[in-house]
Amino acid sequence: MRKLLVSPAPHIHSPENTRRIMIDVLIALAPSLLVSIYFFGFSAIQLVLVGAVTCVGVEYLIQKYLLKTEVTIQDMSAAVTGVLLALNLPPSSPWWLMLLGSIVAIGVAKMTFGGLGQNIFNPALVGRVFLLISFPVLMTDWNIPDSWFRAGVDASTGATPLALIKEGLAQGHTVDQIMALYPDLSYFQMLFIKVGGSVGEVSALALLLGLVYLLVRRVIRPHIPVTILLTIAVFSGIFWLIDPTQYTDPLFNILTGGVLLGSIFMATDYVTSPMTARGMVIYGVGIGLITMLIRMFGSYPEGISFAILIMNSVVPLINKYIKPARFAKEVKNG
Amino acid sequence: MSSTILITIACLSALGLLLAAVLYIVAQKFKVEEDPRIDDVEALLPGANCGGCGSAGCRAFAERCVKAETLDGYFCPVGGNPVMKQVAARLGKEIAEAAPRVAVVRCSGSLDNRPRTSIYNGEKSCKVMAGLYSGDTGCRYGCLGQGDCAVACPFDAIEMNPRTGLPVVNEERCTACGNCVAACPKGVIELRNKGPKSRRLFVSCINQDKGGVARKACSAACIGCMKCVKVCPFEAVKVENNVAYIDFNKCRLCRKCAEACPTGAIVEVNFPIRLPKEVEVEKQA
Amino acid sequence: MKKTFALGGVHPHDHKISAGSAIETFPVLDRVYISMSQHLGAPAEPIVAKGDRVKVGQLIAKPSGFMSACIHSSVSGTVASIEPYADLAGNLVKTIIIDVDGDEWEEGIDRTDTVVREITATKEEILKRIADSGIVGLGGASFPTHIKLTPPPGKKADYLLINGAECEPYLTSDHRIMLEMPEQILIGARLMMKALGVTRCLFGVEENKPDAIAALRQFKASYPEIEVVSLKKKYPQGGEKQLIDALIGRRVPAMGLPIDAGAVVQNCGTALAVYEAVQKNKPLFEGVVTVTGDCTEQQRNFRLRVGTPLDKMLDAVGGLPDKAMKLISGGPMMGKAVANIKAASVKSTSALLVLTEEQTLRKLQTQCIRCGKCVQVCPMGLEPYLLNKLAKASRMEDLERERVQDCIECGCCLYTCPAQLPLLDNIRVGKAQVIKILRSRPKK
Repeated sequence: MRKLLVSPAPHIHSPENTRRIMIDVLIALAPSLLVSIYFFGFSAIQLVLVGAVTCVGVEYLIQKYLLKTEVTIQDMSAAVTGVLLALNLPPSSPWWLMLLGSIVAIGVAKMTFGGLGQNIFNPALVGRVFLLISFPVLMTDWNIPDSWFRAGVDASTGATPLALIKEGLAQGHTVDQIMALYPDLSYFQMLFIKVGGSVGEVSALALLLGLVYLLVRRVIRPHIPVTILLTIAVFSGIFWLIDPTQYTDPLFNILTGGVLLGSIFMATDYVTSPMTARGMVIYGVGIGLITMLIRMFGSYPEGISFAILIMNSVVPLINKYIKPARFAKEVKNG
Repeated sequence: MSSTILITIACLSALGLLLAAVLYIVAQKFKVEEDPRIDDVEALLPGANCGGCGSAGCRAFAERCVKAETLDGYFCPVGGNPVMKQVAARLGKEIAEAAPRVAVVRCSGSLDNRPRTSIYNGEKSCKVMAGLYSGDTGCRYGCLGQGDCAVACPFDAIEMNPRTGLPVVNEERCTACGNCVAACPKGVIELRNKGPKSRRLFVSCINQDKGGVARKACSAACIGCMKCVKVCPFEAVKVENNVAYIDFNKCRLCRKCAEACPTGAIVEVNFPIRLPKEVEVEKQA
Repeated sequence: MKKTFALGGVHPHDHKISAGSAIETFPVLDRVYISMSQHLGAPAEPIVAKGDRVKVGQLIAKPSGFMSACIHSSVSGTVASIEPYADLAGNLVKTIIIDVDGDEWEEGIDRTDTVVREITATKEEILKRIADSGIVGLGGASFPTHIKLTPPPGKKADYLLINGAECEPYLTSDHRIMLEMPEQILIGARLMMKALGVTRCLFGVEENKPDAIAALRQFKASYPEIEVVSLKKKYPQGGEKQLIDALIGRRVPAMGLPIDAGAVVQNCGTALAVYEAVQKNKPLFEGVVTVTGDCTEQQRNFRLRVGTPLDKMLDAVGGLPDKAMKLISGGPMMGKAVANIKAASVKSTSALLVLTEEQTLRKLQTQCIRCGKCVQVCPMGLEPYLLNKLAKASRMEDLERERVQDCIECGCCLYTCPAQLPLLDNIRVGKAQVIKILRSRPKK
């Protein structure tokens, strides 16, 4: 007699799996990657390759030889971490900085907690913040390396727009005066190409293209990026309306720094973000607020990495107390 | 400079005193009076919190022991008789000695004995499988082989044998806490007296189908043929619902039933290896 | 915007391959196996004995309690035996086995095709006919229909909702009856409205069956009180609570019944059975069943007598294909896997589906990546990832607080999980245990 399969319902499964999702994230990162490679040439390629290979390699070594468990590098999650970390570093970073960051990201932030799905903090951001604190000079060196593709384009920028503003304000200039000094700070420039910043921050448009892809493929829900951007816009808008000479306008705040990269790719990391739509809104608002507080009142010019990490630590609490909208609002008594 | 240090010391000391006072007041307000004997009894217990005694944990069991009139029916399977004697002595109560017990798996439906009729493809859990259907063999009673008992055992005393697909009890580690009995949805596992020198006999099958049906599903099934009942000199074996059961209180371990069983459903544990009949004849000659 | 339910849901591929095959009458076999447990509640009690002659439509078992139903013979012949017989899950159920001999029907059953439009029966007569005909809900749960049509004292229904959603992939039996017997179904709905004493009736059909919607709507003038609503395609639209939400925007309270939201939901197949019982005097002993699969030679819809063995149904579409790995009674989302191919069909059997290993074998489980997709697709607003964890740890109090008892076991969570975790397998066990605890708790 034929032996049939027997299992509880349902008997079919959607084509989705973890690997497919991770590949989708990489595809969504592709436009930004291409723009970076165009601008930063070999150094961008080098950073991305070192990041992806090191992350996958470290995960493999730890699973195979240290934990002696099943090796799960084929799910591509380590590769995504590596690429994201590369996109979060300055383009002139040396390869060994990337290597060190990747080891910390996977070895410390991911595997010590038990691997995929168990970590509290976004591994790529832990790697970045580790490097930022340990190598502050290298991590704020925004010199632009040579690129074969970009021959002839002026590449004089040595600081990020946010740092320029922060510095200028500290010297007693108004926002308008600073803006006039640096023609690179026009919105048009920032939307398409913004040299001065991390590898992945070059083009806001390329990042938004990635967001559209992720939304269309239903990899992420819009809640987190939308609430982060809205909160930043509202918060900075209030200050800007009060005093436009001391505070930058909302659009400037959204387009500069790592806000787009962070809200689209870093804050939406499944493992470290809330499970419910309501939780995602709280998380997004929290990230937006902390980012703006650090930008305006902190000593760092940019704060989204810290904001996301701080909110990561609140996620378990959000998951515990913020429940989804239940189908039945009332319970039948008796 | 020195005033700064003084102020600091003063402030911190004041804060410390204030907090200590708060702690003291709260501790006094919410103090719960407890019988000191509960702590003593709990200290005697093994602290495994396995639930084998029927209480939620060792402390709960200690509370019940202190409150109880007599200790009849109160037994910590992990600590066994020595611990219960100490508990009884501390509480000034009498306790009768209980026979040590051990978990036995009443199914011999190994992968060889019991051909599979379907392939189970759900969560690896006997509970899930039992809720779904009668099992992946022709036997509706036997072990489902997903290992819920092994997961439930707090003492790592049960392991699934990958070759037979059946659980194996490590009798050194087994404390007869009964967690496996509760975890098995088919009721395959039974707590039985360990027996003198750990020797015991039991019917390793609970299939209630008629002989032919049971035998077709599993070559080691009890077919209710009554042979064991007939040979038993102590009336220790009964057949009910087509399946034999040996009463361990009556069994004197003569092993006649095991010899008579045509399917090998009666299992003997820890006996010296039986010599084949011809060899015995030769020896006598 | 087409109507649908608010929370969650998934969009599995349709696979309605048998939608174009007209209903054919399945040949009567030599032997049928009629189970005594074809409904929710206590098994029916046989009133025939071995050797008795029975006719088609003759009452052979009567209800053995309040929650039970009548069972009628689906063939004419001799009772061969009454014995425990394995159902599709391999569990033994008391079964009347009948050796078929000819096809002699009970007198009084109207076997013509004439549509009897005029309703002469009173409310009480309709309910009695439904009970006497052994009608049970044909949507899957097999709840005795006469009980559902008798709201408990103090409760009143505002709406009768007819479920023609057929949201499960592959199934086409409801589609076919709506297409081929639309007026009969509408009369059945009207009969149930009279039994319930309601004046409003909504008939929900998913938009992927435009021909069925058109067929029902052509009788709009004759049945103005029944509104046929085209629903957006989304699984599990055919779930009672989801259908009520989609059609009238009301939410059934937790632990409540549809009647608590003022609605009674009946499947369109049940409506047809009610029509046949009341207007044609024909008890429920046959129904339309889809026999399908991508790997079977044919995909057909049959009018099938209750008690037909599943392997005989497969023979009619070319036998069990070599590639077949799983047989399912019902749809792929909520149907039951068949362990015993010799098991017989029951009243609520709606389909026999054949799937290949590639389509159905569960993939390797990986780690939960906390993507929250299970939360997103849960139509009851629960957190399956959490319930799964709690159920595995047997944390009953936490499970109750997280409302595992609201789970409708639709399978959206397991269907969608990218880590292939068997969420519902464990949740189902936890839910059963929690419901047992809730039932044993004294009512306030």
